[in-house]
Formats: sequence, structure tokens, C-alpha cells
Amino acid sequence: MERYGIPLEGFLVISTAMFFIGIYGFLVRKNLITMLMSIELILNSVNINFVAFNSYLFPENMQGNFFALIVVAIAAAEASVAIALIINIYRRFSNIEVENIDEMKY
Amino acid sequence: MTAYKIMFYLFAAMIIVFSILTVTSRRILRAAVFLLFVLISTAGLYFWLDYQFMAGVQLALYAGGIVVLIIFSILLTSHIDQKFSQPHWSKRIMAATAALSGMGLCLLLFLQHTFIHGTNPPIKNDMTAIGTQLLSTEHNGFALPFEVISILLLAAMIAAIIIAKKGK
Repeated sequence: MERYGIPLEGFLVISTAMFFIGIYGFLVRKNLITMLMSIELILNSVNINFVAFNSYLFPENMQGNFFALIVVAIAAAEASVAIALIINIYRRFSNIEVENIDEMKY
Repeated sequence: MTAYKIMFYLFAAMIIVFSILTVTSRRILRAAVFLLFVLISTAGLYFWLDYQFMAGVQLALYAGGIVVLIIFSILLTSHIDQKFSQPHWSKRIMAATAALSGMGLCLLLFLQHTFIHGTNPPIKNDMTAIGTQLLSTEHNGFALPFEVISILLLAAMIAAIIIAKKGK
């Protein structure tokens, strides 16, 4: 089944690309805030999957929609706690590069 | 080529290009703005699929809330003029290999899989239906997850305040 000429796989390709771009950013970046942005990309790509599956495969239900809503709420909670941690780290170390934060390293 | 198709390809191209720019941009504030464009294009995809409430939440919470939070923390913690140094090439190649091989594996798996499409008539998922189902305790109701997520948000907010508070 296609919708306006776009199959489900179109959405899956976009979200896969976005997910692995996020993974690449998480591995390459050194600044804590840019790593947080990569995590937001990953969460967002998962949301696209939920909504697309809901819309194409189970149009009679709304489970995918609610899951996506809950993921957005959790992303907001995660971002607020992460940014509080980043600000606290900045106060102690005066920068937020992961390589300089090694006080608890054994 | 209908207008719907053109819209879809436009959003798809915007999402992928701006995602790549988000993780490769060497100025941190630009990376945050590119992330904002990615999130807005995603909201466009939700509108395309006719999920208006989801798109509104995406715009208000992600594009409005989280990006503003990120930009504030950038302004508090970084020098805006400063450019990141390019990461070491071996690290970039390793990360790109990991990401590309994972992406190849996923694409291989789901392009071979045949999905069973739903044949039932779609329900209306407007604001009324979502609100009723979100707070219903009947079958298919989401009252418990809704309460759990409220408590999680409250806990996260208190935790964020306590962590970010200046010690004595």
C-alpha cells in the first residue's frame, strides 16, 4: 500500500539515515552539548518510525501516536536534566569537553 | 509527480542534509540552528501523515522547548566565535564505518521484509479522540502511562533545579 505514492519504506529510510547520523555525531563529537544534540537526533528518528508504522500498518489504532508523545516527554525530561548536569560541570571545570572531565576516572 | 510527493521528498532532503550539518558543523550555535531545522522538517512529515497533534507537540516541545534550552546552555557555557577543531581522521573514519555498516544492515533487513499493511479503515485521530483515549481507563486507554510520565517530568524538573543550583 502506498500513500500519495510514498511507501512505508520511504519513512524508514529517512529515520534510519537520521539515526545513524546521530550515532556518528555521538562518536565523533567531544563537546557535551553537541553530543546531546546527537541524542536528540536519535530520539527524533525513533519517533518518525513510531508514527509511520502507526499510520501505515495499524491505522485503526493510536498506540504509535501515544508512544511518540511519551518519547517526546521523556526527551524533554532527559534534556533538562542533561543541561543541568552540563551547567554544573561547567562550573567545576570551566569547560565542557569530555576529554577534560576525568576526575572520577580510575 | 504530485504535490504530496514533492513535499515528501523536500522534507526528506531537508532532514538528511540538516542532520549531517548538525553533526559536522564546527560552530556550536550553527549546529543548534541546524538541529532546529531538522525538528521542524520532522513536524512537516507528521503534518504530511495527517497527525496534526503530534506535529504540534513536535513544534512546541522540541522546536520550541528543547532547542531554546540547548541554545541557552550554549550561550552560558561556550564562546560563540570559537570553532571546534576537526576531529582526528582515524576517529572520523571509525565512526563513519560504524554508522554506515549499521545503516547498511538495517536497510538490508527492512527492505527485504514484507510489511503486512492494515486494511481496517483509519480512525480519526483528531484532538478530541487523542484527549479521550489519553485519559480513559477503559480498554486501549492510556491513563496509567499519562500519570507515570507526569511524575517522571515532575521528578526530572526537581532534579534539574537541584543539580543546577549553586552550592553554598
